[in-house]
Amino acid sequence: MKIDNNQLLRFTTAGSVDDGKSTLIGRLLFDSKSIFEDQIKAVENTSSKKGYEGIDLALFTDGLRDEREQGITIDVAYRYFTTPKRKFIIADTPGHIQYTRNMVTGASTANAAIILIDARHGVIEQTKRHAFIASLLHIPHVIVCVNKMDLVDYAEETYNQITKAFEEFSSKMVIKDFRVIPISALHGDNVVNRSENMSWYLGATLLHTLETLHISSDINKVDARFPVQTVIRPQRDGFLDYRAYAGRLPSGILRTGDEVTVLPSGFTSSIKSIQGPSGKLEEAVAPMSVAIELSDDIDVGRGDMIARSNNKPEASQDIEVMLCWLDDAAAGPRTKYTIMHTSNEQTAMIKEVIYKIDINTLGRINDDNELRMNDICKVRIRTTKPLMIDSYRENRNTGSIILIDNTTNETVAAGMIVS
Amino acid sequence: MSQYFLNYLDELESEAIYVLREVQAQFQNPVILFSGGKDSIVVSHLAKKAFYPGKIPFAFMHVDTGHNFPETIKFRDDLIESLDARLIVGSVQKAIDDGRVAEEKGKNATRNALQITTLLDAITDNKIDCAIGGGRRDEEKARAKERFFSHRDDFGQWDPRNQRPELWNLFNGKYFEGEHFRVFPISNWTEMDVWNYIKREQIEVPSLYLAHNREVVWRNDSWIPNSEYLILDENEKIETKKVRFRTLGDITITGGIESDADTLEKVVMEVSAMKQTERGNRTDDKRSETAMEDRKKQGYF
Repeated sequence: MKIDNNQLLRFTTAGSVDDGKSTLIGRLLFDSKSIFEDQIKAVENTSSKKGYEGIDLALFTDGLRDEREQGITIDVAYRYFTTPKRKFIIADTPGHIQYTRNMVTGASTANAAIILIDARHGVIEQTKRHAFIASLLHIPHVIVCVNKMDLVDYAEETYNQITKAFEEFSSKMVIKDFRVIPISALHGDNVVNRSENMSWYLGATLLHTLETLHISSDINKVDARFPVQTVIRPQRDGFLDYRAYAGRLPSGILRTGDEVTVLPSGFTSSIKSIQGPSGKLEEAVAPMSVAIELSDDIDVGRGDMIARSNNKPEASQDIEVMLCWLDDAAAGPRTKYTIMHTSNEQTAMIKEVIYKIDINTLGRINDDNELRMNDICKVRIRTTKPLMIDSYRENRNTGSIILIDNTTNETVAAGMIVS
Repeated sequence: MSQYFLNYLDELESEAIYVLREVQAQFQNPVILFSGGKDSIVVSHLAKKAFYPGKIPFAFMHVDTGHNFPETIKFRDDLIESLDARLIVGSVQKAIDDGRVAEEKGKNATRNALQITTLLDAITDNKIDCAIGGGRRDEEKARAKERFFSHRDDFGQWDPRNQRPELWNLFNGKYFEGEHFRVFPISNWTEMDVWNYIKREQIEVPSLYLAHNREVVWRNDSWIPNSEYLILDENEKIETKKVRFRTLGDITITGGIESDADTLEKVVMEVSAMKQTERGNRTDDKRSETAMEDRKKQGYF
């Protein structure tokens, strides 16, 4: 298949257990003809064994034995489909009790989030939570799908009320681009095909919206940052003096000849050459993986950051972070964690819980210092050595961190740097 | 470059190279699991790019079931030589001879599940802490749940209920002695992406992927190649057909499809019109609805 604009769009879905997420994804895949005949046959068989009329679209996405038996989604799964316009990656996240942890996992790399609302219930607390997390994670595009319109007689008024309610509370959040689409995932209204039952709706279908979102600006193209992953030194004939720094440009553009500073050492040099995946390049654009040679022989290694001398990140050992706690075990006072920030790994300690967010009211809690699974809070972290940081708002890649428990090796927290 | 965004193949390539470099930076003794199939060939090609002009800093490991297409072994050896790489072979035949595993019985016996023991033995014996594989999430529903960095306990087991969350591009590769990781740099690629990439990069693949005349027998809805390991039923007969293979596994279980696609261009055309999944012709996956999940939990790659 030839793809028109050749772009890759990553999106995630959010909604509570019975909002119909799996059905929506099943519908999207089914109606866009992204499912193979043998998969359809397998789902038809299982559906008839379970005694359903027709096919259970959710079975296209729930792959694990326990999921199929219990009819729930246990862990994030990734789905793929391609239309003549784009290639899509869906992070299909479970909607049950661990929603915060799962949503953060699915949302961290997403260009867009689909938030499902049950048309019968309208904007409920769960919707606000999902919108809040989407805003916290700075997902560039939010698509609100008012689902189950078939159960409210496809009423335009219901749709208008929900749209208005969503607009009202989202104005307090950082959601730059959102749209509302009335759908029925079960019957396929406005998912891939236009709904005949809702002729009053003049907007685009969900698929058309996904195909046409402007995503080229989702990556920060202004602030060039180059975290060094590893050093390439071939030590072989023809390349004896070759020494290049390998990494993936998370933001910005770098060109040969650019004056750069290596952090945290502060040494300056200029870019002598850029080796791209298929040969030498004059310029590298995020998110390319390249290798950079500098004009001067200076000490650079994994964990260092290369940036333009006139636009550098801040180096800091004391950072304020919005933290989402992901682990069963609560955060311990004065515990040391490994912090991963780009390719830089340091030891860190949570010095202070500034406030916790009540995920139901979105208000602040000031007198609770214990961090438990799915909590979101603002904390102050101190690291043993400086990290080269940007705020998450400016830069999703150089503004994010994870914490690792040294006694279990588990990833216990995800953080977005405030300052 | 005239436009300031990457096309999807460049983005996937960039992501895979990033993952391979993380492996090199985070692990002591990683290997590339090499089966001679298109996915592990693409991973090797990406590894070459990730460390160019240096050599690939990983050894290659092949779990040899002993039931190979002869073309696969020749391709493997030629590639290893051209890359000047080190090859580790784990032999299922040796595990059988040593009494570590027992051959399956019956007409549909395969050595697929027997690979698990050999793979885990080879990982332990060679002190491998990370095995890089060409697994893709679009292949199979259990694989759709897989992380880029997939943790395995000291029994080599995958626990789908207890996977590390993977956030942004921050990969946590920390493990305890005896545990290891499986890493899948082309997780986000589909079969179509792999073929488009092979065509774009003009990557050499075994001739088995291109249509050719071959002796085959019709079994389990696909053309199973004739080989010294094939036991024919009374009503089965050997025919010569023009076939090609979409996946390459054991010669005993890999079904071919009738095809005229004898160039990469034609293969790309044919794959884009396919109505069956790629693994639809693998009899090992047809054993039960959760065959892959069950094997993966035991340590299958």
